[in-house]
Amino acid sequence: MIYSLILQVATRLLIPLLLVFSVFMLLRGHSHPGGGFVGGLIAGSAFVLYAFSRGVGAARQVLRFEPQTLLGVGLACALGSGILALIQGEAFLTGLWADLYLPGGIHLYLGSTLIFDIGVFLVVIGTVVLMMFSVEERGPAVIPSRRNDTS
Amino acid sequence: MDLLLILPLAIPLGTAVLTLLLRSVPGVQRLTSVLGAVALLGASGTLLWRVATDGIRAAQMGGWPAPFGITLVADPLSAGLLGMTAFVAVAVAVYALAGMDEARQRFGFHPLFHLLLMGVNGAFITGDMFNLYVWFEVLLIASFVLLVLGNERRQLDGAVKYVGINLVSSIIFLAAVGLLYGHTGTLNMADASGRIAELRGSGVEATLATLFIMAFGIKAALFPLFFWLPAAYHTPPAPVAAVFAGLLTKVGIYSLIRVFSLLFPDPTGYTRTVLLVIAAGTMVVGVMGAMVQRNVHRLLAFLVISAMGYILMGLGFFTTLGLVGAVFYILQDVPVKTTLFLIGGMMERDTGTARLGEMGGLYQYRPVLAAAFMVPAFSLAGFPPFPGFWGKLTLVQAGLEAEQFTIVAVALIVGLFTLLVVAQIWSRAFWRPATEDDVQASGSTSQRWALNGPIVALAVVLLAIGLYAQPLYGLAEQAAANLVDTQAYVDAVLGPSAGA
Repeated sequence: MIYSLILQVATRLLIPLLLVFSVFMLLRGHSHPGGGFVGGLIAGSAFVLYAFSRGVGAARQVLRFEPQTLLGVGLACALGSGILALIQGEAFLTGLWADLYLPGGIHLYLGSTLIFDIGVFLVVIGTVVLMMFSVEERGPAVIPSRRNDTS
Repeated sequence: MDLLLILPLAIPLGTAVLTLLLRSVPGVQRLTSVLGAVALLGASGTLLWRVATDGIRAAQMGGWPAPFGITLVADPLSAGLLGMTAFVAVAVAVYALAGMDEARQRFGFHPLFHLLLMGVNGAFITGDMFNLYVWFEVLLIASFVLLVLGNERRQLDGAVKYVGINLVSSIIFLAAVGLLYGHTGTLNMADASGRIAELRGSGVEATLATLFIMAFGIKAALFPLFFWLPAAYHTPPAPVAAVFAGLLTKVGIYSLIRVFSLLFPDPTGYTRTVLLVIAAGTMVVGVMGAMVQRNVHRLLAFLVISAMGYILMGLGFFTTLGLVGAVFYILQDVPVKTTLFLIGGMMERDTGTARLGEMGGLYQYRPVLAAAFMVPAFSLAGFPPFPGFWGKLTLVQAGLEAEQFTIVAVALIVGLFTLLVVAQIWSRAFWRPATEDDVQASGSTSQRWALNGPIVALAVVLLAIGLYAQPLYGLAEQAAANLVDTQAYVDAVLGPSAGA
């Protein structure tokens, strides 16, 4: 953890933006560049930034779930989207699509690939956060200032 | 849709997910881990049985037809290796209950172990070149973490070498895949085997063959790129080392056999000489390294290398009999190496040292362990009636038939030296007198059962394979026939019309 007022204030502003943008990237990946991997990296970086400015303990509280749980749920989503196709009698991992016309003129074209992508999203967040938290927790609690080193 | 082909991948993934989510309830987590391995054995065993009776099976992922989608193919070689993998997985899963310390189990041994199994199974079952690369990465990443799990200094030292050399190997592999795609326009192995005919005899073919030999040679620890293996394999705890030794190098040599049988089915005199020279070097270096080692784990690691040479020798002959020998050897070597490393772990556990010179009295105080050691050790040395004998006998016959007398002589001499190495372990660790204090029992009775049970089960099965080798030999014959004449494999993947 690095104590810095600028970082703390900037983090406060950046985190909501990063998280919203990560979901945007996740959904955009449906038919444009983007997707679960990129989205997961962006969301993971939000939590890493929080850990840098407030410490790993605070970041763990904000994340609410342990990184390993995210990994597990993410992998389960990916596996589940493949098995869903099997249940429908299609080949493993076949994309299943549903055209939904909701009241209010909303047209949703949903596919089981989205579940897979959400799985990737969660796995990437879990991995990034797990790695950064482990490294951060092992390092020195506060980075010693240069002046003390040279004296 | 062929469910049986998906289960060897889906079961380990599902088990990994469950063990990851259940990590706060250690008892349930361990039970899940063992049950997952047992379920995998059931699925892989059924697949093996169906493949042996009905022939090659293939499935297209996501409903994309070959050669555009990813194909899963199980021929007798793949199915046999899947079966052996699942078999040793059950043994190691049980052994790990007591052989793995609490901290490592809590920190993620079980999920990683099953992810590693998924990677190994995926590499054995895929019919797509790039997908093979992906499975290599899956198993490598799982193995990286398993290798450093526990953060001991010597583990990190071994892991740096292991990760470094494997990254180099992955880059070479990827370059080879790119080159293959650029020249044939396909990544499907069955499709590429037909299209590569245009490149026959060109420089590109030679380059591709060399790149594949290097990439898989590093992973299989072949001479002269073997050095990372003894530097890494003695560092992790016994269950991890046992799966590594039993499975990881086999994936490399399996890929070499698969790629050569499909893409370079008629090795020119030059490639054949290269393969045979590498095989001889691997055998000799492995056994010579083992001779001078005094640490039991390092010694066993060198014996892993030596065995790779025999398998490569069978591929180098490229006759049906040579491939029968290679396939038989690779299949029996999986449980042999796993058993030896598990026993190595027990030897260190009970004598409190990994140095052979300081061990002793195991025969007197651990008769069961000593009896179990006989089977894989003398199988490795090529003694009848153990399974290694049949493998070596077939390989030597194939060598004489192919009139490659030099390598046959090397193989026989290396066999003698292997016997010497094994006899050294036996006379030191097992036969040398020691007091009861030197050999200490650790752990409760149930833990002793969890440790000894898998070892004894593996040894009994190995002995059974040796005494009644016909079923496994028959499977190896089937596999070799499919490797020599790949038409059945191509037809299973692309459909019967593709050949016409």
